[in-house]
Amino acid sequence: MKAVLIGLGSVGRGVAEMIATKNPGITITGIADSKSGCICNEGIDIAAVLEHKRRTGACGDPAISAMDVIKKADYDVLIEVTPTNALTGEPALGYIRAALAKKKHIVTSNKGPIALAYKELSALAKKKGVALRYEATVGGAIPIMHTLEDGLNGNEIIAIYGVLNGTCNYILTRMAAEGLTYEQALMEAREMGYAEADPTYDVKGIDAAIKLVILANTIWGNGTKLADVDLTGIDLLTPDALRLAEEGDCTIRLIAEAIPKKKILRVSPRLIEKSHPLVVEGTLNALTIETDMAKEITLTGRGAGSIETASAIIGDILYIRDHYGKRA
Amino acid sequence: MGGSILVDKVVHVQVSMKLEMKDSPGQLVAALKPISEVGGNIIAVLHHRDPDTTHHTLNVQIVLALPEGRLDRLVALLKEQGVHIQRIGKERLLYKRTVILIGHLMHTDLSDTVDQIDSTGFAEVCEISMSMPAINERSTSRVTIKATNRVDMDAAVAVLRRVAQQKSLLLIEPLEEIA
Repeated sequence: MKAVLIGLGSVGRGVAEMIATKNPGITITGIADSKSGCICNEGIDIAAVLEHKRRTGACGDPAISAMDVIKKADYDVLIEVTPTNALTGEPALGYIRAALAKKKHIVTSNKGPIALAYKELSALAKKKGVALRYEATVGGAIPIMHTLEDGLNGNEIIAIYGVLNGTCNYILTRMAAEGLTYEQALMEAREMGYAEADPTYDVKGIDAAIKLVILANTIWGNGTKLADVDLTGIDLLTPDALRLAEEGDCTIRLIAEAIPKKKILRVSPRLIEKSHPLVVEGTLNALTIETDMAKEITLTGRGAGSIETASAIIGDILYIRDHYGKRA
Repeated sequence: MGGSILVDKVVHVQVSMKLEMKDSPGQLVAALKPISEVGGNIIAVLHHRDPDTTHHTLNVQIVLALPEGRLDRLVALLKEQGVHIQRIGKERLLYKRTVILIGHLMHTDLSDTVDQIDSTGFAEVCEISMSMPAINERSTSRVTIKATNRVDMDAAVAVLRRVAQQKSLLLIEPLEEIA
């Protein structure tokens, strides 16, 4: 199975390294980063490209763009792992449209295009007879989409709620454990590499809301948009709030929840009993899926990380290989 | 929702009853027996002979706690004993929910915030723990609300949500059971 890899940041590197070292039967015929690209239809020497990237900061020829790779290389699957732009979805949205037009399967970790244009992209993929898979967009390594579409097949999904942002979960864990202020815990999260220089997307709940939108559209196909989500972040929490919660054997977690029958779609800090399965520590993620037959299923795992995200992406690629036959 | 019911807790129902029975030996003991049969506990018994009665009856007022859902069974058992139930006063506020409020709680008139819940008539604030780090800094309080049932509690929290929004307070609600 042939694939091109667009994006060579932390996630792209993880995918490339795992394909090179684990040899899961995936041949990379094109790679592009924001500055350059390379194409080799017989299969790229991944180690050599990663080394070149390490030395020069670029993965290939500056004359070859990501769009060139998408349009000219010989491949079955586009692996799209460029950074998320939540406002426009670009440039990923353009890459995905171009690859779908060429009847290529899509595997992406990019939340922007899926949150903004799920309806359009999934309809286009269906029309072209190819897969659009995005396990890595929500919950990192946790196989949420696989669980929903395979394991819980035939169930009616009544509600979903969980911890979908590792940065907030780390901050809340540290505030509770050490009595830190929000500012102190955020600083620590930055030092650990868990928070961006501008933490707005994480701490205001926007990142969790985008993931909630992706889940809602996947499960209910209801055209949910980011603006529909009732948003409250964690940046105004006080150490006293966590202490008062603790006195009642509770703690506080940023919970994303969608319950269509009650018209609930919100991300907000919530009081939650410490023994609850959603109370995970550090940067972990957790999601409860409530269904008519299975009742509650709670999945927990690593919500981010280079290799962890590669797990979700490679799982999607192999799913396509196994479900779309030799043609793929 | 098995196992994961959160901060909401259903407590025993507290009931007060005014009973009328024949003023003859053994009647009171017979009347009280069904209470333990339904798993209830007697909290208090007050009995007095009604001075103007012409029927030689005994009036007894009892206060008891019993597991929710057993009241109908108790009423049936008492009737079998020939006890006439004159009045049942059910403890109204069975549902408790705890929330956290953060913000300028005193400057935004905390007693008004509490009044807005209490004046609903179906819910009331029963406990407040408050922490004020310094003047002009935001304070934090844990507020426990009691209400008659889940529906009223949801309505009371909706009131609090609106008040919190008006007063720019951050309201942290519990994650409740979904079903």
